[in-house]
Amino acid sequence: MKRRVELRNHPRELRFFHMRLGIGAGFVLLLFLLLFSRFFYLQVSQRDHYHTLAEANRISIAPIVPNRGLIFDRNGEVLAHNYSAYTLEIVPNRTANLEALIDELSTIVEIGARDRKRFRKLMDESKRFESLPIRTRLSDVEVARFAANRYRFPGVEIKARLFRQYPKGEIASHVVGYIGRINDRDLEQLEAGKNLANYRGSLYMGKIGIEQSYEQELHGITGFEEMETDAAGRIIRVISRTPPVSGNDLTLSLDIRLQEVAEKAFGDRRGALVAIDPATGDVLAFVSKPGFDPNLFVDGIDSENWDLLNNSIDRPLNNRALRGLYPPGSTFKPFMALAGLELKKRTPRQEISDTGYFSLPGSSHRFRDWKAGGHGYVDLHKSLVVSCDTYYYGLAHDLGIDSIFNFVSQFGLGKKTGIDIEGEAGGLLPSQEWKMKRYKQKWYAGDTISVGIGQGYNLATPLQLAFATAILASGGTAFRPHLVKRIRNSKDDDIQEITAQPLYTLDLDPVNLEHIRNALVAVTQPGGTAALAGAGAAYTFAGKTGTSQVIGMKQGEKYVENKIQERHRDHALFVAYAPAQAPRIALAVLVENSGHGGAAAAPVARLVMDYHLLGRLPAEQVANSIPEDENGAYD
Amino acid sequence: MRTAPTIERLRWWHYLTRHVDGFLLSGILLLMLTGLATLYSATDANLGRVTNQAVNMLVALGIMWLVAYIPLQHIMRIALPLYVIGLILLLGVALFGEINNGARRWLNIGVTRIQPSELMKVAVPLMMAWYFDKHETTLRLRDYAIATALLLIPVVLILRQPDLGTALLITASGFYVLFLTGLSWRIMAALLVAGAVSLPILWSMMHDYQRRRVMTLLDPTQDALGAGYHTIQSTIAVGSGGILGKGWRKGTQTHLDFLPERSTDFIFAVFSEEFGLIGNSLLLLLYLIVIARGLMIAANASTQFTRLIAGSITLTFSTYIFVNIGMVIGILPVVGVPLPLISYGGTSMVTMLLGFGILMSIRTHPKLVKT
Repeated sequence: MKRRVELRNHPRELRFFHMRLGIGAGFVLLLFLLLFSRFFYLQVSQRDHYHTLAEANRISIAPIVPNRGLIFDRNGEVLAHNYSAYTLEIVPNRTANLEALIDELSTIVEIGARDRKRFRKLMDESKRFESLPIRTRLSDVEVARFAANRYRFPGVEIKARLFRQYPKGEIASHVVGYIGRINDRDLEQLEAGKNLANYRGSLYMGKIGIEQSYEQELHGITGFEEMETDAAGRIIRVISRTPPVSGNDLTLSLDIRLQEVAEKAFGDRRGALVAIDPATGDVLAFVSKPGFDPNLFVDGIDSENWDLLNNSIDRPLNNRALRGLYPPGSTFKPFMALAGLELKKRTPRQEISDTGYFSLPGSSHRFRDWKAGGHGYVDLHKSLVVSCDTYYYGLAHDLGIDSIFNFVSQFGLGKKTGIDIEGEAGGLLPSQEWKMKRYKQKWYAGDTISVGIGQGYNLATPLQLAFATAILASGGTAFRPHLVKRIRNSKDDDIQEITAQPLYTLDLDPVNLEHIRNALVAVTQPGGTAALAGAGAAYTFAGKTGTSQVIGMKQGEKYVENKIQERHRDHALFVAYAPAQAPRIALAVLVENSGHGGAAAAPVARLVMDYHLLGRLPAEQVANSIPEDENGAYD
Repeated sequence: MRTAPTIERLRWWHYLTRHVDGFLLSGILLLMLTGLATLYSATDANLGRVTNQAVNMLVALGIMWLVAYIPLQHIMRIALPLYVIGLILLLGVALFGEINNGARRWLNIGVTRIQPSELMKVAVPLMMAWYFDKHETTLRLRDYAIATALLLIPVVLILRQPDLGTALLITASGFYVLFLTGLSWRIMAALLVAGAVSLPILWSMMHDYQRRRVMTLLDPTQDALGAGYHTIQSTIAVGSGGILGKGWRKGTQTHLDFLPERSTDFIFAVFSEEFGLIGNSLLLLLYLIVIARGLMIAANASTQFTRLIAGSITLTFSTYIFVNIGMVIGILPVVGVPLPLISYGGTSMVTMLLGFGILMSIRTHPKLVKT
């Protein structure tokens, strides 16, 4: 039975087995073909893609941050430089309990309350995976102590970093500005400017002042190191190194010692001063008081100091010289006087009778002179020396707003000067067109009158007043005010001078200019509104006092200084240039809420001019401080 | 006088090579040399590792030679005891096994540590072939069920260790036996459906790392630094090799440590990066030659037992190759399957050559005559 079945089945079974084996072989072939087609896909079709991936695997690129360019004053004094120091840094998302970690760290390295606050503020502004400094400027002992304990602190590292330092501190802080950590908004701007690649690895950039406006020069070009790394990120070898190019060094036209003199002269008062070399446009001093310590911002300002600066009633972060808008007051008069002569509406000898007010024909509204009862007979010279308002009310009426606008705007009022730091305010020189646009109203004859004495709609920055004064001082030649005088290219040591190219020259009659100059010189001499400040000067100088109203007076109301809150008192203004015949400095001074230009602002100008022209300060009693208040003073 | 020593020598050579299949041996040796060269590169010219592997190969070749001398009746006789011992050892592992890397695979038997699942790679197909041979004349559905049980018991034990790769390969070798005995397509389809249905159950039984591997196969990038890292890096290595390859010992993926496990399971990525598409094709060809020879031996085998065992060994060998290369080039999940004859490691080398020894024995022993 068994044998029969076997005999019957054997050949069939074998055939069956061979068939199955054939199917198996076909299956194997199919699988191998599948493998081959995948090889073909990976190694032929997609080869370039995988080649790139392999290279990217192998090569990592590390940016090398360039040294930031230095900033010097015109005499080579350092205003901003870099130093290398160790910082202790934490990557927040690599630590579980940050608070506990910092507490434990503080047993090894001193971490103060200020450090903690600053760290907290940095954390709010940064991403969690960024390495943030908890302590900067570690001492060698601290570095050694941490190194011995570092195994206890994963996510904490010591890094050598370059720090920016401003050795002059608060002095010229509004000019030099500061750098700060790059934030999201900065990144967006960098990306828009196609500059992002150059900032790989950079942590800081200029935020304000020269540091901001010359960021491109100062930053330098980031270098790169191409390194072959293994899977663990260990560097096997450096393939190529493109060294960074340090930022360019800047030399400012600013004289830091002059700046220091000017800032000291303000004492505790708020205000601004801009001094310009009228022959070049060099900004010699640029003061906005109060200032701030830019060093606070460098490694991230702590919230306490930030609140202090940001919420202070004195607004120390506000650049008054650049952005502060003030009615120019009587400092506007020299330009009005020149307009009268140039446009032949007045002759130097022509007199008016000042009875203390001016009224438009057919109107009872009285535009009052600052001096009740008036100045009597007043010609052009006297009008400037005593700062007669009535004279300029009439002159403004005779000139008309269009002529005033066209003439005075040639002195740069009402538009930006184009100085080389960002954020400048444009001021306001009113015109018919402007009023229509702004208020949808036509211009009234009455509007013109107060414009004549620099009030009304008039607004100017101290920088604009200094610029206008510089044009007047140079006899009509305008140079764009600039703070950077020289750029040294760190790559080839090439020095680029910012040469003084006149923007334009006004066609002014030298005789008329002479009349104005003589009157302005007389202002600083006995009988003039700035006689006190001019006393004993070793050179002659031209000046004009001014008062900038903070609050308006009602008709018939009298301005009584001590009844008015300190913050509502008028601002004192003074513009000047010296020496009068061959000016080397033109300036504008503003002292907030201190009343009279002659008493409060002119002495500051005198100190600055003395120091610039003579290299020394005036006699002790003048240098001491600004006289607080002088009753019965001039406008 | 002149011919006597020659004859003498020839006889001696004849005894030595009587049961060796020259064709198969040439293919094996070529693959082994390829393996050693690749290993030399993969280990950064570590001669110690290469020597070690050469010794492994020699030992395995010796075992193959010995096995080739054993007549098939003897091998058939040990099939059942081998299977029973293997099963007992597997149970021993489950109860007393050493835990290594979260898996319980090794058993310490005093003198040395052994991995019984490796033994089962040979024992299971032997056992199944033996069973079918015994019931050759009266194959019923019941026999298939029993054979399937013989297969599934050790597979489940190995899955529990867990060792997905080995379980898979043993399943494959058992399935080939079933397939070659003539399991009807209808039943195979039914098994396939049953398998599909049991997938969710299997999924629930799987360990996290196994599930991750399967998930990673579907999208390696979802876990680029974790489980997907292996596949991503090996695919980059293969792809960047291009047509000609980067040259021996010049693969950047290999020599900068980007390739994990590059001397064992992922050694193919090293080979492929350095020798490119041309190298790959030649390697596949070499494997195909060995496979073809194995299938030929199976086709010419005289008994049910030898036919089944030769077919299963050869097809399982093919499966090893496909699964290993498939995982390296990212079309199969990462399961711990070595590339036969090339990956570093003594155990798999011995298992593999044991199989080839059986093939040679089948080829060279006189055909059994049924009585």
